[in-house]
Amino acid sequence: MLTYFQRLGVISLAMLERLGRASVFLMRILQHIPAVLLRFRLLISQIYSVGVLSFSLILLSGLFVGMVLGLQGYYTLSDFGAAESLGVVVAASLVRELGPVVAALLFAGRAGSALTAEIGLMKATEQLSGMEMMAVDPVARIITPRFLSGVISMPLLASVFSAVGIIGGYFIGVGMLGIDEGAYWSQMQAKIDFHEDIMNGLIKSVVFGVVVTWIAVFEGYDAIPTSEGVSLATTRTVVHSAFAILIIDFILTALMFGDI
Amino acid sequence: MHVSKTTEIIVGLFVAIGFAAIFFLSMQASNLSTIGSQEGYQISARFENIGGLKVRSPVTMAGVKLGRVSGIEFDPESFEAIVYMDISPKYKMLPSDSSASILTSGILGEQYVGLEAGGEEESLEQGSAIEITQSALVLEKLIGQFLFSKDSAN
Repeated sequence: MLTYFQRLGVISLAMLERLGRASVFLMRILQHIPAVLLRFRLLISQIYSVGVLSFSLILLSGLFVGMVLGLQGYYTLSDFGAAESLGVVVAASLVRELGPVVAALLFAGRAGSALTAEIGLMKATEQLSGMEMMAVDPVARIITPRFLSGVISMPLLASVFSAVGIIGGYFIGVGMLGIDEGAYWSQMQAKIDFHEDIMNGLIKSVVFGVVVTWIAVFEGYDAIPTSEGVSLATTRTVVHSAFAILIIDFILTALMFGDI
Repeated sequence: MHVSKTTEIIVGLFVAIGFAAIFFLSMQASNLSTIGSQEGYQISARFENIGGLKVRSPVTMAGVKLGRVSGIEFDPESFEAIVYMDISPKYKMLPSDSSASILTSGILGEQYVGLEAGGEEESLEQGSAIEITQSALVLEKLIGQFLFSKDSAN
């Protein structure tokens, strides 16, 4: 009996210890941000591999999510004779929820896993310790530019996702189902508030960007330096990021839109 | 580290498209383009019942939007609701004896404040109060009155 409790204790302590290491690691990353901002070229090549390469995925997914929202929203709304407010439904659900959340989930799958695998392999092939031998801090040179580029790319990708989704909803609603074009945009403009909706959506996507890239670079840096360890770390990045995104999204939504 | 020119251009394009998306969302999909200048003037009105009126509901006259409800308070002495409205500075010439009523757009639509012009020479200014007001129609009360009047008629 006691051994079970002991095992539970060991697991909890290990989790806490990992969380502590991750926090210390985040502090080290944050310390190096000013230095990275001065060396802008490091950042550009990372924004390319983290942001630009995720762009086409985000573009296509956003378009189709918007088109599905247009179809589903239309069938529900037309029951109430309110098909004209399709624009509000599409825009509100995209800007508030789906844009930041789905873009972050895709980002975790596309860019987060790649970051973990890259850093994990660098560790496994002892490139990171090689850098340390040359008195180059791998956190400053490798990790921080990747972290920062993720934080910069995420809100941009989420905005692109929402914007393309709204256009996709427009194609379906106005082009296929024959909703009045003026009603689509004007109802949207009347109901979507800049501070309440757009800004809160942007804040969400920045938070998701920090969390997903933090998890990704930490899992890579902390991976057991074997091929099996790297593969485990990559899986953990995607799974933990998905959990973190959905839980944090609930908390942020409750803070922003619920009157708690 | 060598970064090729193509990479730089593509990253620049990516960032530009990202900001264009934010711009599109703010201007085309939200009310940022219609908020305009905030330096309008504020007037207030007292209502017995405001129904479902909310902060940011529109204030209209003759169906044209003049401003927004900026605040709703409860007066604990007269037990009335005080509604503050921000009126756009373009509309300076509203007569001071205008009346305000709370109306509903459509049967199930949202509620808004409808102003009706009076005949006074003076115009409403910052801080002035509208004296003549009409409360929101509460459907339950209306049905109650209807049933009551039917009973008494029999």
